[in-house]
Amino acid sequence: MFMLDLLRNDKPGSWMLATLLVVSIAVPVLNLLVPEGSIFHLSTYTVTLLGKYLTYALLALAADLVWGYLGILSLGHGAFFALGGYAMGMYLMRQIGERGVYGDPLLPDFMVFLNWQELPWFWHGFDQFWFAALMVLLVPGLLAYVFGYLAFRSRVTGVYLSIITQAMTYALMLAFFRNEMGFGGNNGLTDFKDLLGFDLRADSTRIGLFLASTAALAIAYLGTRYIVSSRLGLASVAIRDAESRTRFIGYRVENIKLWMFVFSAMLAGVAGALYVPQVGIINPGEFSPLNSIELIIWVAIGGRGTLYGAVIGALLVNYAKTYFTAALPEIWLFALGGLFILVTLYLPKGIVGLRRMREARA
Amino acid sequence: MLLLFFLFTGFVPQLLANTSTGEASLQEAWKALTDKSYSKKEKAITLIARQNTADAYPVMKAMLDGKLYFSTRDKTLFVLKEQDGNYAFTPLFAGQAVTQESKRGFKKVKINNRLRTRLRQALALLQLQHEDKKLRLAAVQELLKNPDSKAANLIRDVVEKETDTEIRTAMHTLLAVIQLESPNENEQREAIKKLADSLNPSALNALTAYQPPNTALKKLANAAIQKINDRRDNYARAETIFFGLSLGSVLALAAIGLAITFGVMGVINMAHGELIMIGAYTTYVIQLLMPEHIGISVIVAIPAAFIVSGLVGMAIELTVIRHLYGRPLETLLATFGVSLVLQQTVRSIFSPLNRSVETPQWMSGAFQINEVLALTWNRFYIIIFCLAVFVALILVMKKTLLGLQVRAVSQNRLMARAMGVRSKWVDALTFGLGSGIAGMAGVALSLLTNVGPNLGQSYIIDSFMVVVFGGVGNLWGTLVAGMSLGVINKVLEPWAGAVLAKILVLVFIILFIQKRPTGLFPQRGRAAED
Repeated sequence: MFMLDLLRNDKPGSWMLATLLVVSIAVPVLNLLVPEGSIFHLSTYTVTLLGKYLTYALLALAADLVWGYLGILSLGHGAFFALGGYAMGMYLMRQIGERGVYGDPLLPDFMVFLNWQELPWFWHGFDQFWFAALMVLLVPGLLAYVFGYLAFRSRVTGVYLSIITQAMTYALMLAFFRNEMGFGGNNGLTDFKDLLGFDLRADSTRIGLFLASTAALAIAYLGTRYIVSSRLGLASVAIRDAESRTRFIGYRVENIKLWMFVFSAMLAGVAGALYVPQVGIINPGEFSPLNSIELIIWVAIGGRGTLYGAVIGALLVNYAKTYFTAALPEIWLFALGGLFILVTLYLPKGIVGLRRMREARA
Repeated sequence: MLLLFFLFTGFVPQLLANTSTGEASLQEAWKALTDKSYSKKEKAITLIARQNTADAYPVMKAMLDGKLYFSTRDKTLFVLKEQDGNYAFTPLFAGQAVTQESKRGFKKVKINNRLRTRLRQALALLQLQHEDKKLRLAAVQELLKNPDSKAANLIRDVVEKETDTEIRTAMHTLLAVIQLESPNENEQREAIKKLADSLNPSALNALTAYQPPNTALKKLANAAIQKINDRRDNYARAETIFFGLSLGSVLALAAIGLAITFGVMGVINMAHGELIMIGAYTTYVIQLLMPEHIGISVIVAIPAAFIVSGLVGMAIELTVIRHLYGRPLETLLATFGVSLVLQQTVRSIFSPLNRSVETPQWMSGAFQINEVLALTWNRFYIIIFCLAVFVALILVMKKTLLGLQVRAVSQNRLMARAMGVRSKWVDALTFGLGSGIAGMAGVALSLLTNVGPNLGQSYIIDSFMVVVFGGVGNLWGTLVAGMSLGVINKVLEPWAGAVLAKILVLVFIILFIQKRPTGLFPQRGRAAED
């Protein structure tokens, strides 16, 4: 009942959720039940690829929540994504146990390689799934809280905020590249074996992860839709459009910004946590500022401030990226760069904006 | 024993005087080198060294290097030189030069370790009077490694004739080191006082190894060590600051262009790094065009890079940025797109591999201030270059019509237009100016690192940090911020490591912006208000 209320005025969103539902039924059927020789068979590789796109879509959704509805252009959302990914990666590392190359029951391979004698304190607890899952939410959330608390309280806005978020993810990238940090340095975390006892290489686990990504995206979509239609959402749109005026009316601008930012960071963390078991590796490259800017362009291309636009943008751009990097690797950066320029110049409302423009004309 | 006596007392005055008896015995000595007995050879070496004729130095050097041969026929000396697999024997005195495929007919003048040491000492003594300044200095330094009283006698004689102050200082240090070993306590006290003023590492070593006979001397020696260490620390600090300033110059150079496009025009240009990269590639291309004149090519590259990057920047302004004024976040995204396109363009033209630009001769080497402190020329020139660019830019902004119009447009666009300023034209020129300066920064960077398609990316975040730290729209702030960040980075580096130092600086800036969102030197007046 509640859900129907929420979606009554959100036709594209309803369509998107319906599509997700269909896909979540069709993909397992096509992968597991249709025999391998058939043209309708979906390879496990494709399933994993789709699952990866869905985690990207979730990340784009998180970025759109703060950019589209709050006016914060974060160029550091990749950092929250990567932190969530590292938390999950640490759990998966601990699950390897004695099956590592060095066969140490406690220490992951890279620590044995670095000649470390005991597990660093921050690795404790990650052998429990519930603890890792909690950290997936808490670590990005805490970073966003501290960072946002400092930034919003001193009213750092606009371009300055964008630049310091970029500096944040850059600093984290440099830090995680260091072996002394205890996160595997350059190589990151990899060679995962299983998740909650399920073999990560099995088709069924891949399907399970795909379904989990689909579910996470759907739930996150409903959650963010709920937030933006609530009073909190209305207040944040007010902040986006006229921050000072909203403050003078009596809203606590800093608090609204802070909690929206923290929620968005947690969503990004979840996306990262779902991403890592599907691609099988997490390394400091995920912190690179380029990744964070790229995800902003997903949102921009899809259409900022619509939520479903972010999802569509992420799926489309990433499909194009997979296609181009395989078929015409030389062209990809030209295409991506061209997209950035064309979308900002001619499509300020993104692809979903096109449909709206047509409707407005009719 | 007799020889030692000789060394200690008499021979120094005779050193440069070739008496007739000396002439005769010298001939004998040359012959004696071909003898089988090592002790005879040693005597001969001592004699030759004492006579110090023009031949002595090259022959002893050849002997030490195992290149001295003698003919088995008449025992005349030859120096061997290997050429393309052939052996060329050049006679030392009269005779025919021989080039043949084997060493047949010649025998090496063999030496043992004892002789080797003896030769080294003799060579060092000879070197002390060599015409070449570098050789003399090297000789003193060689002696300082293993000071003995024989050396002292020799040095005492040549030190007065020495004209070069650097060598004299080294010689005095050597004398003091030897004096420290004297049994006389007063002598030791003198020596300690002298050594306390020396920065030579041997002085410190001698003082550390020194066993003081009483507490007064011990105190004095400790104070001297303390003094030397303090001075060395000070010079090390000066060196760190110099490194910091040169790094800061690089940062400031990279950021000054951004200070104009971002600070004065309010445009977030993410393609700024790529404009730097284009400047670096321009340097590379110019070196390819004039491979014969590497020294001049860098000078030529400076205006060339300014023009190339400036034109690219104006093209970006005219096609993209023009349509996005007043929408800074959109500008950020669009220019990021431009940066990707530029990167890929360069990658397609020059391949993704790194290219290296040759450092011209006049930029290599170092400026030796004293025994501890040496400043490398290339860092020095970069500081100068940064300041020159900065001064030129300030002059353009303050003294020219363009500068006046730029400031007018940035303060109040509508009013400026009403006064007849063609604001669109000014925008394009300003952006071109900022981009051109980025290109010049690229010339400097090409000499420091490899030139590759990702060169710009690694500087864009740093550049933004510098501009934001200094205060947007303030050129002086950019310079001060760049320099101070450079120095902070280098000061942190020794105890934190390069990467951690960089992280700390980033965190510092992030925190600093929270405290002062408008930077070190905020813009005042109405323009500052949003």
